[in-house]
Amino acid sequence: MAFRHDTPFIQSFRIQLRIIGALLMREIVTRYGRDNLGFLWLFVEPMMFTLGITALWAGAGAHRGTELPIVAFAVTGYSSVLLWRNCATRCAMAIPPNMSLLYHRNVRVLDLFITRILLEVTGATISFVVLSTIWISLGWMEPPSDFLLVLFAWGLLAWFGSSLGLVIGGGTAHSELVERLWHPVAYLLFPLSGAAFMVDWMPSRFQAIVLWVPMVHGTEMLRDGFFGSTVRTHYSVEYLALFCALLTLTGLILVREAGRRIELET
Amino acid sequence: MIELINVTKTYPTRQGPRTILDGIDLQVERGQKIGIFGRNGSGKSTLIRMISGAELPSSGRIRRGISVSWPLAFGGAFQQYLTGFDNLRFICRTYGIDYREVMPFVEGFADLGIYFREPVLHYSSGMRARLAFALSMAIEFDCFLIDEIIAVGDSRFYDKCMYELFEKRKDRALIVVSHDPGMIKNYCDIAYVLTGGRLTYHPSVDAAFDFYQTCTQ
Repeated sequence: MAFRHDTPFIQSFRIQLRIIGALLMREIVTRYGRDNLGFLWLFVEPMMFTLGITALWAGAGAHRGTELPIVAFAVTGYSSVLLWRNCATRCAMAIPPNMSLLYHRNVRVLDLFITRILLEVTGATISFVVLSTIWISLGWMEPPSDFLLVLFAWGLLAWFGSSLGLVIGGGTAHSELVERLWHPVAYLLFPLSGAAFMVDWMPSRFQAIVLWVPMVHGTEMLRDGFFGSTVRTHYSVEYLALFCALLTLTGLILVREAGRRIELET
Repeated sequence: MIELINVTKTYPTRQGPRTILDGIDLQVERGQKIGIFGRNGSGKSTLIRMISGAELPSSGRIRRGISVSWPLAFGGAFQQYLTGFDNLRFICRTYGIDYREVMPFVEGFADLGIYFREPVLHYSSGMRARLAFALSMAIEFDCFLIDEIIAVGDSRFYDKCMYELFEKRKDRALIVVSHDPGMIKNYCDIAYVLTGGRLTYHPSVDAAFDFYQTCTQ
């Protein structure tokens, strides 16, 4: 099954950028329309989720027994959940509604996923930045103690979300079962993802278990960047990066196979 | 030149894999008009999708030395929830041209009036066909792919389409697949018959059509 390509890499790369640009514009119009807020929904929606969770946690006193400010705790925790969960959920079953676009040769299945991932990562990032900026300027949240670490952690979480998106998106193209299973799994992963707890709060026996969950490392790292030495965090950059690399590879293989097996409607 | 080398396409079905195209070889030179006869279900549309590159062959190789269109006037190639105008912009961005250059032509040719800026969902079938054809003509290709006869509303519009395609673009290559002899006999110089997943060449269009008829009886 070797397909040789005659198109030089740089030209292929330009075509791909052009296609992704066209898909981004199209996706924004079809998803958000031109009425009311339009594309601003891209980050207003995740902001509303994060605001709701912050209010709930603050009201319920979820941070009892810790010194951590609840606003910063909720913003860092829930923003990271949105980053990976939205990528994967939007990539699930992304091919059928876009099937007709595949009639244009240069639009490939991978481009459909990259487009959705870019939109979700952008939306979650803007939401995170805007909310943090507002809370910091209001004095409800301290500025991050290590800005570079925050950036690095966010980048890793975005990589995790993107690779998960490829796996879930490519997986649903092979079997709808993946889509059916993804929703309960995403729901159950939320409490395990480290958004609502710090690893250090757990007995050491549980710590060892919970540290198998990859996004816990990202969330812990993000909070290390925000809170610095005021908290004890547990994470391994190597573990998360290795996990992401394997997930990316699996996702790319699944997406390539999905592209080869695509059957267009007539 | 477009070249298909031993192209095979197999689709999975509940009853196991089915081979639709079985070792197709085809060469299309710049400017050639090629007709392919085939019954319903013979794999004509599959072959067109392979040549256009929308689907990949299970094995074999396709080389495109010239630019190849998507199936001409194919209504399925645009998005229902977008307006005609948005579809035009998407297609222009995809093929890397400035939509402002072709906008007057498309708007004039499709003749949709205010509906050009309404979702395609609300179009009549005639309006869709006109938009689809106008979009196909907005991008210049070296080779146009035609799947069946173009159904484009009334006869006046049909004539306009034939003029655009066969007069203004008569230097381009064409690949027409059809079960109907009309267009192939009128416009093609070379004809093949697609039966049992294989392509057979015939020295003349009439010979191909005679062979096609004996196959279908």
